[in-house]
Amino acid sequence: MSNKFIGQSIKRREDKRFITGKGRYTDDIVLPGMLHAHFVRSPYAHARVSSIDLDEAKAMPGVIAIYTGDDLADVNGVPCGWQVNFRDGEAMREPKHPMLIPTGSTAKHVGDAVAVVIAETKDIAIDAAELVMVEWEELPAVAAPADALLPDAPKVHEQFPDNKAFDWTFGNPIEEVDAAMEKAAHITELEFVNQRVVPNAMEPRAYIGSYDETFDKYTLYTSTQNPHLIRLLMCAFVLGIPEHKVRVVGPDVGGGFGSKIYHYTEEALVTWSSKQLGQPVKWTSDRSEAFLTDAHGRDHATKAEMGFDADGNILGLRIKTVANMGAYLSTFAPAVPTYLHGTLLQGLYTTPKINIDMTCVFTHTVAVDAYRGAGRPEATYLLERLMDLAALEMGRDPAELRFQNFIPPFDGVEQPGYQTQVALQYDSGNYEAVLKRGLEMLAYDDFRKEQAEAAKTNKILGVGFSTYVEACGIAPSAVVGSLGARAGLFESAQVRVQPTGKVSVFTGSHSHGQGHETTFVQVVADKLGIPMDDVDLVHGDSDTIAFGMGTYGSRSLAVGGSAIVKSIDKILEKGGKIAAHKLECAEGDLEYAEGKWTVKGTDKSISFGDVALTAYVPHIYPAGLEPGLDFSSFYDPANFTYPFGCHIAVVEVDKETGKVTLKRMIAVDDVGNVINPMIVDGQIHGGLAQGIGQALFEGTIYDENGQLTNGSYMDYCMPRADDLPMFETDRQVTPCPHNPLGVKGAGEAGAIGSTPAVVNAVIDALWSAGHKPKDILMPLTSERVWQAMN
Amino acid sequence: MQVEINVNGKARKAEVEDRTLLVYFLRDTLQLTGTHVGCDTSSCGACTVHLDGGAVKSCTLLAAQADGCSVTTIEGLAIQDTPTTMQLHPLQEGFKECHGLQCGYCTPGMIMTAADLLKRNPTPSEEEIRFALEGNICRCTGYHNIVKSIQWAATHTTKPEPNQQEEPIDADKHLFTNDVTTGEVVETH
Repeated sequence: MSNKFIGQSIKRREDKRFITGKGRYTDDIVLPGMLHAHFVRSPYAHARVSSIDLDEAKAMPGVIAIYTGDDLADVNGVPCGWQVNFRDGEAMREPKHPMLIPTGSTAKHVGDAVAVVIAETKDIAIDAAELVMVEWEELPAVAAPADALLPDAPKVHEQFPDNKAFDWTFGNPIEEVDAAMEKAAHITELEFVNQRVVPNAMEPRAYIGSYDETFDKYTLYTSTQNPHLIRLLMCAFVLGIPEHKVRVVGPDVGGGFGSKIYHYTEEALVTWSSKQLGQPVKWTSDRSEAFLTDAHGRDHATKAEMGFDADGNILGLRIKTVANMGAYLSTFAPAVPTYLHGTLLQGLYTTPKINIDMTCVFTHTVAVDAYRGAGRPEATYLLERLMDLAALEMGRDPAELRFQNFIPPFDGVEQPGYQTQVALQYDSGNYEAVLKRGLEMLAYDDFRKEQAEAAKTNKILGVGFSTYVEACGIAPSAVVGSLGARAGLFESAQVRVQPTGKVSVFTGSHSHGQGHETTFVQVVADKLGIPMDDVDLVHGDSDTIAFGMGTYGSRSLAVGGSAIVKSIDKILEKGGKIAAHKLECAEGDLEYAEGKWTVKGTDKSISFGDVALTAYVPHIYPAGLEPGLDFSSFYDPANFTYPFGCHIAVVEVDKETGKVTLKRMIAVDDVGNVINPMIVDGQIHGGLAQGIGQALFEGTIYDENGQLTNGSYMDYCMPRADDLPMFETDRQVTPCPHNPLGVKGAGEAGAIGSTPAVVNAVIDALWSAGHKPKDILMPLTSERVWQAMN
Repeated sequence: MQVEINVNGKARKAEVEDRTLLVYFLRDTLQLTGTHVGCDTSSCGACTVHLDGGAVKSCTLLAAQADGCSVTTIEGLAIQDTPTTMQLHPLQEGFKECHGLQCGYCTPGMIMTAADLLKRNPTPSEEEIRFALEGNICRCTGYHNIVKSIQWAATHTTKPEPNQQEEPIDADKHLFTNDVTTGEVVETH
């Protein structure tokens, strides 16, 4: 079948509303009689609520209600969706994450809520919240993951005095890895921190709960990446309300990057309150609250060792990491440092023995969960920092060292997938080619000459490499179930052909910037051979879409798109029966192309629109066939997908000030087949910026009391336009062999590969000038880089 | 207090609290929700509008300070021909042409800031564009395509060519090969 749209940079259909100010985000929605909520939050990282006095606040005109934890004794906490047990079999520790901290209990991070004020206007709610008098007993706090394991560390949950959520080991038995490392001629050892970063979607979280007494029905508008998952978690685990009486709508959502996957307490609270009060209740986070209450990302403290033989072949990889979970276990948190991280430690290399020892700890900080890449950036950072450092230490070229250790190409069709030492089987890969292309774009030989010249000056140059593989298209349900997931990770799609041949597509994926309204329609229009204008995509509403697991883990097209294709296949199969009947031929004599069924070798045909009409006006119709042309499908992937690529950074470092300037950022990515190159490039660009952000600008700073000292846009540095160069991107296409579109996913790649490339480039620059740091703590501020040279 | 502000060409009179910020006057009082709030420190630029022709962050101004002024928001940038049709501003076209937006949340502020830049400097260099965007944060695009969008707008005063989807190109030969090159349309500008 010919493709008119697939592979084309079709301009986005959703853009018109956004460029004209007509986007409809949750905070833009105003419901009649709507009230406004504002939370009273703990100013301390760890403090007991001795008493709460609401009298003055309640007396303020316009205040409708104030709830505290004592009012919510019957309401459960928000649940965790993934269970990873201790290596000795002890169950994962799951302390309750309550809606509001009741009197006598302790707040466990700055921002933990103790009361919610609901008022006629937002200003009144804010003013009244100031009048809520909470008597606090401040307690000692711990924020850094490694500190949580110290013998005298403050306890986050009294019942778990060692602060461990669970510990975990993975890969080959440690004895085998130790034996491999003993044979090594060189061991590169690196202790580093993969620092905590804040996702910072530009739209702060916002929720409106609305209860309709007439129909006994709740509606929740929420800035979420997965409306159905929120409905399931909120109904079944938190509020105990019937799922069929709850509609969850994710309207336009202003970015997520992981932070809007999880079920947050505020979602359940506005929903619950709306029933108590009989009026809709809206809460919109301000940015300071977002820093204190949105799930953060990364936060690992790691010691990693990679052993090489005398020729530079990798013999083994041994890792010990402490990962921060924050105060409570967020929805997917336990999976991130374990099955989304440990399973990626093979990287692109033939490393024969790998072991990771992971301890996941509670601290007095907001929860850490998946942030763009989720575990895979941490794995890539670890591997790629080791590779460039090993090359410097052994006097080898970092590109050559990689070529020597790469897994050879395999397409997953003729050659089998690659079985790693860490459980996963890669689907298809061609790793040498992306690095070769990256080196071409860099003009590597010329660069090294330039670098040698620059080393004599005050503006030194460095290049950093990063070649990554990631696991996307999350995920085969049976596999993740065996690894502790408490949900399936399939996707659903319904394709409804209307009587006039127009098509409505309902997807459980959710678009919050990814362009599904365009990309998915390109697929449908091509598969059906009809114009894009005849197809509309519906997403983000649990009442109109049968089910959905949402958008994260670069899964929308690989899993959600595949579900759509399954439904289209059913449409065409049934349509073929109708067409054969109308054309008075056997089904096998028909072929479908260009929007019509044709009797092979003849000019007899019937159009898609005529078949659609016949399906709904079945006067001349196959006996026994149901009317209608409307199919739902669930697609559960056979495997993860494995995009890969090569990111190369070139930096200039000012020797006098330590200031790093990113001169070039090269990215050659292989994300499988590409439906819309323009959108894929956009995804890569955005990922690169976030990965560069972590390397050079971003990172939380907690003081000794567990206070986040840079919790605003004045203080938390993110990349701005004049911090970044134009990106140099190219693409290779190795199709995914196990899904019908051959796609792998592009949402996270940029953020996964770029961070180590940038840090490696700065280290390379310093080595070129005779300084030999093994590591500089991210973000690589001028001061830290200067310190490394002085 | 009462304020009278000309918003997108219409005189709008309203009673506001003394402390009401211009952005909330626009969003809550006038329901012009295209102007967004992304931070509380005047750092992100999502709330950028034009006040008497120049870009300002509407979260940093009281509605009272705009009393008697003219404000243009993203909703007022296109020329409305009929209630349902409009001629987009070249920057609006440019952002669509060059994929200068993803989630769309920062976009109104970006466009209003860029409109101010192009008024002052119709042919900005890449460096000048990046400098002008210093007060606007985008978390989706890495700014690459925003820069291209503004460059596009600087060289187009009329409507762009019709969308490719009306004149599709046969893409078969590109699929399953290494030839699917990136953003050709973007690169030509």
